[in-house]
Amino acid sequence: MAGPSPDHRPSRKPSGRPSFPGSGLAKGLAVTLRTMTRRSVTAHYPDVQPELPPRSRGVIGLFEENCTVCMLCARECPDWCIYIDSHKETMPAATPGGRERSRNVLDRFAIDFALCMYCGICIDVCPFDALFWSPEFEYAETDIRDLTHERDKLREWMWTVPEPPPLDPAAEEPKELGAARKAADKLAAQQAEPEQQQAAAPDGQDRSGPEGRSQPEGPSGPGGASGQDGASGPDKREQGGDS
Amino acid sequence: MDVVDVLWRLLAVLLAFLLLPLIVGQAEHKAMAHMQGRVGPMYAGGFHGWAQLVADGVKFAQKEDIVPGGADRRVFQLAPAIALLPYLIVLIAIPVGDGDQVGQVVDAGVFFVLAVMGVGVLGSLMGGWASANKFSLLGGLRTAAQLLAYELPMLLAAASVAMAAGTLSLPGILDAWQWWWLPWQIIGGLVFFTAGLAELQRPPFDAPVADSEIIFGAYTEYTGLRFALFLLAEYAGIVVLSALTAVLFLGGWHGPAAGELGWVWTLLKTAALAFVVIWLRVSYPRLREDQIQRVAWTVLVPLALLQIALTGVVKVVIQ
Repeated sequence: MAGPSPDHRPSRKPSGRPSFPGSGLAKGLAVTLRTMTRRSVTAHYPDVQPELPPRSRGVIGLFEENCTVCMLCARECPDWCIYIDSHKETMPAATPGGRERSRNVLDRFAIDFALCMYCGICIDVCPFDALFWSPEFEYAETDIRDLTHERDKLREWMWTVPEPPPLDPAAEEPKELGAARKAADKLAAQQAEPEQQQAAAPDGQDRSGPEGRSQPEGPSGPGGASGQDGASGPDKREQGGDS
Repeated sequence: MDVVDVLWRLLAVLLAFLLLPLIVGQAEHKAMAHMQGRVGPMYAGGFHGWAQLVADGVKFAQKEDIVPGGADRRVFQLAPAIALLPYLIVLIAIPVGDGDQVGQVVDAGVFFVLAVMGVGVLGSLMGGWASANKFSLLGGLRTAAQLLAYELPMLLAAASVAMAAGTLSLPGILDAWQWWWLPWQIIGGLVFFTAGLAELQRPPFDAPVADSEIIFGAYTEYTGLRFALFLLAEYAGIVVLSALTAVLFLGGWHGPAAGELGWVWTLLKTAALAFVVIWLRVSYPRLREDQIQRVAWTVLVPLALLQIALTGVVKVVIQ
């Protein structure tokens, strides 16, 4: 009985100002009473749907029109839960005398969500924006085999992919926009060129030859490459907007 | 007093005994949940889980009734009844309103009530001994120690009120009650309530049942309906303790319009005290066994004696 008092009392001393005996007890009562008057934090999930953040990782949707069967997603998947089958089809030559083209046709695209660990690497690695996160999460099954979502089901998830959230106010401008603006500037400059030719003296025409133009155009080489990205970037947004 | 009158009173007491503990239990579910930022049961019965305890009762009734192989069968099976019934008997003697609004006037009411309440604890002792389980035995021993330690201050505090009123009858005490008894007997009231909590083994004095260290103590081996009876006894105990504290220290049916609404006042005071019991459970951690003993012998007993001295002095001065 003597033991507990030494280890009990010093714990009160360091708390500083001398307190009324029993004030700690009153404080404890006050805390619980205050909590009772506040709204509880319980999420009433099955009755009320949760408000998920826009980047929630619920399920993976496949935008199969963008898929080129490059297999990058399946190869990068850490637990090998993506199944892709395809075959090659030969397209007749577009012009008479031209060469026949071959292209990949998707036969099967399936994700086994019983294996998937929601790392999102497949989505990051897809160069053609064919895979997207959807916040839908209510797809539990009673049979584990039903968790393998085939291509049509993955396509259905695409309709639930939300619009990407707006950028932060001070965020860097997306490179798609920069590329698009550069392309637009270039186009405007080309249209303005004939007018300059008319206005300027004929000797100015020598300097604005193809060689003269190529130097300012130099940096737009990578810009042109990202311009292709930009072509599919807005596509991504429109897709989300459709849903 | 004819037979019909007696039957009617017994029926009323039985109804209160069956209903009030459930109301307290449900209140505990919800109040405790909200004090912890939760919402508690929400589904049973439809509206905010009002029928949760009914559902619990149905579940308990469906479970198998197991008696351990090494147990003392008779004692083991009898223990829940011993734990529960005294509270029913105590309810008979508690006055709800003025006049004859009481199950049965007992002349030595205070002693009757306290003695019978003490019997309730025997149920835990019997269960603890008869279960043939070391945790049950530990729980039973702790119960015994707690009973011994807290019966004394409880009795002393009640004796103070009896001294002030000059009678041992509960209705008699209420008849003599004046509003200024409230500050006069406040120390005794606190001691009585605290000691009662300890006898009921309610948190923070729940070391005898301490589910996280001795897995519910004396109730470890109990299943199904018998376990439910033990739980019910706990809530019946809360009702009885709150009602007794209200009657002895808070003036029972006294209050505005006490003539007609006296019973409402008693119920309100009882409900408020029952809420405090729940509130204390949520707010405080469990006391250690030695701390429980120290509170009883070094705090409550001296305080109760002080209250008796105060009561005696004031009584003499008034006369």
